[in-house]
Amino acid sequence: MSDLRELYQQVILDHNKSPRNFRKVEDANRSSEGYNPLCGDHLHLYLKVEGDVIRDIGFQGSGCAISKASASLMSSALKGKTKGEAEALFKRFHDMVTGDVEAPPDTEGLGKLVVFAGVREFPARVKCATLAWHTLNAALKGEDKPVSTE
Amino acid sequence: MSAAYLSLARSGETPDGAFDAEKVRADFPILKRRVYDRPLVYLDNAATAQKPQAVIDAVERYYSAENSNVHRGVHYLSQRATCAYEGARARVRGFLNAAEDREVVFTRGTTEAINLVAQSYGRGHVREGDEIILSEMEHHSNIVPWQMLCEERGAVLRVIPVNDRGELLLEEYERLLNKRTKFVSVVHASNVLGTVNPVQQIVKMAHRWNAPVLVDGAQAVPHMRVDVQEIDCDFYAFSGHKLYGPTGIGVLYGKIGLLEAMSPYQGGGSMIRSVTFEKTTYAEVPNRFEAGTPHIEGGIGLGAAIDYVNEVGLDAAAAYEEGLLAYATEALRGVPGLRLIGTARQKVGVLSFVMGDIHPHDIGTILDREGVAVRAGHHCAQPLMQRFGVPATVRASLAFYNTREDVDALVRGLHRVREVFG
Repeated sequence: MSDLRELYQQVILDHNKSPRNFRKVEDANRSSEGYNPLCGDHLHLYLKVEGDVIRDIGFQGSGCAISKASASLMSSALKGKTKGEAEALFKRFHDMVTGDVEAPPDTEGLGKLVVFAGVREFPARVKCATLAWHTLNAALKGEDKPVSTE
Repeated sequence: MSAAYLSLARSGETPDGAFDAEKVRADFPILKRRVYDRPLVYLDNAATAQKPQAVIDAVERYYSAENSNVHRGVHYLSQRATCAYEGARARVRGFLNAAEDREVVFTRGTTEAINLVAQSYGRGHVREGDEIILSEMEHHSNIVPWQMLCEERGAVLRVIPVNDRGELLLEEYERLLNKRTKFVSVVHASNVLGTVNPVQQIVKMAHRWNAPVLVDGAQAVPHMRVDVQEIDCDFYAFSGHKLYGPTGIGVLYGKIGLLEAMSPYQGGGSMIRSVTFEKTTYAEVPNRFEAGTPHIEGGIGLGAAIDYVNEVGLDAAAAYEEGLLAYATEALRGVPGLRLIGTARQKVGVLSFVMGDIHPHDIGTILDREGVAVRAGHHCAQPLMQRFGVPATVRASLAFYNTREDVDALVRGLHRVREVFG
């Protein structure tokens, strides 16, 4: 049960129930689609990028609590960040959720995203936690074909 | 010990004839293990069933005492291996009540069996503008091979719809049948809904239009006695691993007249009579469809699984499973917010459900930590998910070794889910 509480932290449950930035960005100039065929998680990500900076970000779609909360928290974390900062954050996030379960998680610079540290204990859920981030990567690279976690 | 006593003391029966699930459980070593320090509650039998000691022993015996290639060696071991492998074919014949052993083709599983028919029979008979009828509740393995054939041939897929309970609408099926119908392929028991389809009637209706029928029996054979002559289907496919046997082995039954008229599926060793660079002549059925060294221990393991299932007694097991399904259905209906998907009048022990806004994947994770193994997802039946307007479901599927305690553990787990998600 402690593992489960670690995974389904209050912040995650809250963002699942009331996801932030859960909307289409009307003046978006980048967008991408992410799909996890294993569980059917599906999301559209919209970005408004000015120069190097992410000015606005929103998403729509359906998915499990982990994928939805991850997209929500990611969108909150990235507003105003540069593309380079976003990529660095993804790397840190990815390292945390796939890290060694025996060692304490490296949460430096992750801010609120540390609530996903519990995902390390649930390898089957890593794809849920990273779907939004993979979709972000595709949007930033301007790829228009859907991203799949498989 | 008298013969009468021995027959009463079969694995699944108590001396008074009732089904003894506890006794059956003892035959499955994995059911004794714990996960996350809790007893394993295995409710993912529609994905794959656990293996009884008799199957594990048969595979081990083959490798430690009989390992050799089949059908070609003159030496002792090869004869032993051939005998064991072909003995398994004879057991499958008996299990399905096929007319002869030659009607049993070994494949990698249900998927390969369907592909074999789509490629080998389909390419020989399906032309532009022809129609193939499937149902809305098919597994992807009974959709995609036909779709590939249709694309290649310019043929059209027609789909029998289901009602809200998850039963096929036979009057719609009747309307779909016509002189362009060249094949019908339907599932016997749905892997998502549990619905048992009236396959005998479906076959009869197709035969009026001279359309042959394949029945996908992957989810049916573990739960009921199947008689292919009674059903009168032209092809029947199933997988060994859902029938308590090994993975990688499956069966295609085909009426001998149809199989004999079909071209080979894959080319290679074992499937030929003679080869020159100018011309190859093919072996007789079933070898014509079994190119290459087969999955020998898989076949032997499947034979052992069939022996085991016969010993347990499928009729007694089916009656027991029916009672357990009724118990589980009632128990799940008592969980607030839970909606069962698949409430057909004729069902095997498959319980698909959703719970309010809680995503099936989250439910699956929480149940897993309670030691309860279920499946969460679209179950390789995306068109059916669309029909019921859900992205995914949780699926608990029963076997004859499951008990009411297993169902109770599932229900406790679902209450835990509600706690976590408040």
